[in-house]
Amino acid sequence: METSKKLPADPSAPAPSPSGDGAPSRLVKGNLSFHDITEMVSRHAEKKAPLAWYVAFSVALSGTMLLLGLLAYVVWNGIGVWGNNQPVGWGWPIVNFVFWVGIGHAGTLISAILFLFRQHWRTAINRAAEAMTLFAVMCALIWPTFHVGRVWAIYWTLPIPNQMAMWPQFKSPLLWDVFAVSSYFLVSLVFWYVGLVPDLATLRDRAKNFWRQRILAFFSLGWTGSNRHWRNYEKAYLLLAGLATPLVLSVHSVVSFDFAVSVIPGWHTTIFPPYFVAGAIFSGFAMVVTLMVITREIYDLKNVITLDHLEKMNIIILVTGTIVGFAYITEFFMAWYSGVQYEQYAFINRAFGPYAWAYWIMMTCNLVTPQLFWFKTLRRSIPVMFVLSIFVNIGMWFERFVITITSLHRDFLPSSWGYFTATWVDIGTFVGSFGLFFTLFLLFLRFVPMVAMAEVKGVMPQADPHYHEHGGNGHAEGDGEPYIKPAEPALAEAHRGNGAEDTEAPST
Amino acid sequence: MPQLFPKKANTLPLLSLGASLLGGVLLVFLVWYYFSPEFKVVGYQPDQPVPYSHQIHVDKLGMDCQYCHTNVANSKHANVPATETCMTCHSQVKENSPKLQAVRESWANKEPIEWTKVNHLPDYAHFSHAAHVNKGVGCETCHGRIDQMGAEGVYQAEPLSMGWCLDCHRQPEKYLRPNDEITTMGYTQPANFVERNLDRIRNRGIQPPTNCSACHY
Repeated sequence: METSKKLPADPSAPAPSPSGDGAPSRLVKGNLSFHDITEMVSRHAEKKAPLAWYVAFSVALSGTMLLLGLLAYVVWNGIGVWGNNQPVGWGWPIVNFVFWVGIGHAGTLISAILFLFRQHWRTAINRAAEAMTLFAVMCALIWPTFHVGRVWAIYWTLPIPNQMAMWPQFKSPLLWDVFAVSSYFLVSLVFWYVGLVPDLATLRDRAKNFWRQRILAFFSLGWTGSNRHWRNYEKAYLLLAGLATPLVLSVHSVVSFDFAVSVIPGWHTTIFPPYFVAGAIFSGFAMVVTLMVITREIYDLKNVITLDHLEKMNIIILVTGTIVGFAYITEFFMAWYSGVQYEQYAFINRAFGPYAWAYWIMMTCNLVTPQLFWFKTLRRSIPVMFVLSIFVNIGMWFERFVITITSLHRDFLPSSWGYFTATWVDIGTFVGSFGLFFTLFLLFLRFVPMVAMAEVKGVMPQADPHYHEHGGNGHAEGDGEPYIKPAEPALAEAHRGNGAEDTEAPST
Repeated sequence: MPQLFPKKANTLPLLSLGASLLGGVLLVFLVWYYFSPEFKVVGYQPDQPVPYSHQIHVDKLGMDCQYCHTNVANSKHANVPATETCMTCHSQVKENSPKLQAVRESWANKEPIEWTKVNHLPDYAHFSHAAHVNKGVGCETCHGRIDQMGAEGVYQAEPLSMGWCLDCHRQPEKYLRPNDEITTMGYTQPANFVERNLDRIRNRGIQPPTNCSACHY
């Protein structure tokens, strides 16, 4: 492997001036060639993981074990070991479900909606963000699955023909949830996998080990990078992006119906679907920023996932955070304007009642602190964005907590008033779900190319057919060696017509 | 580089698509049949503390169901008889039979016999014997030919699943019988029973509910 070449890693280093056509800012810094990109990304899936990976993985795996142990405890004893009880029948399990589903929104938004809008900067982060989406949705699905109590009967939520004449209640938003989340998961998975195929083929071509090569060959579906492959690939990717786009918006709308369709003060409002979707994108992008800030540092990807990328995500966080904050204020206006006593009480109770502490944590983290991103220096500062992105997710967890708990804890009759407190099992399972999430994400970083190499190459200046380097020889920059050794003339003759081409061709 | 797999590997995606479609249909069928109470619980015949034979008492001696299950027409439960009911006869008849040892012990110790429940409904499904028996549902319709069940004990004859309940709740005219035939075993419906039952349903206002909270409350 040609790893001896020193890769420029520091984005602040004066990059050689961009190509002559005067492109204002390159997405990829450091004057990298296609081959450098392949090296920078592929090597992490090929060599031994860094020490930090092992440390993080052992912590995450302990969290997963905690989760599995506590879920067994929950199944064995019944969900009463969680804090849920009358009047708060929906406790942390539902809070955590909405929290994780929300995080799972950024990935497909980045990969589908930003793709349709031709936002080229998505290429550096879409692979990791989509993986994050899949893992977050898996973490989300744990909660309703175990919250039903009788886990072994969870297949009753699916409309499977049966002799019991038992069908799910199609009028219930909880059933819509089953369909919305599972179809979102499936489409996201297919979308992610289709995007992976060219990169898996690159890894396959670099593989030295017999079985590694065979396994990668299986998953790369015989990809050769031929013109026809690329044409089909681009078409499939576009179609899937079109399919995934409405799902990004529908999933969290349906999740919000869980609340909005019921007749509970504080839940029964038409603002919920857009407000939930904005909140989901807000929290999802915050999670992407948290993860990418660490990943680019550990894996030396600062030239690919640049400060410009992070800044763009921070702008989205600022916009969606402001939408969410506006929704909080609108809710208060609607409660007052409706003239409904119960609705007004629900909101006054939220802000000044026994759960005021949660409400003000939510307001601070979601409405106030993201406003710091108005300042360019702050939104380009790694420590600031790291802390703020974590604040966003704290705030978004508390948003779901406030919505779920405060509306339930005081029913219409004061005889049904109570104060919800979480148990140690609540806390343990929630912490454990982070363990599962990071276990899966770390496995992804270890075994899968974490940046969409082919797509990044496609947005580099070299991919432009008119690209001509000043003083260059007309070839892409590299170490002077051809990337793929030309085949022996006899061999090349034998393979002519197979469509076997250089997999490192740009995806234009 | 050349392809690692032969060209016939191209059939794999099609094959796996077909296999997953077939597998899906097969899975639905497996759940439909093997997860059903009809497969899982029909024929359930637990051991009982006393080798009581309905065949002898009902078929051979001609006793009516209600001699022992006294409250079937006015209670949710068709009660299992107390030891005293057994002893009204068995203090005179077969008073030394070894098969009745447990009954005599229960009588002497004033401890009820612990029969094992056969026809079991889950706790979340409420059922009233009185409501059904008084509207023309025969014992046999749900419990089968009790009069043919011998000393091995009673077994569950019908699935008692929700779909099975709904069969009758949706079309009661196919199952009802006259009130004086409720406890009859081996009852055969006359030729015009559907019209007769439809008349009865209209005149008596029999409307078996099919909403969820009829049984699940």
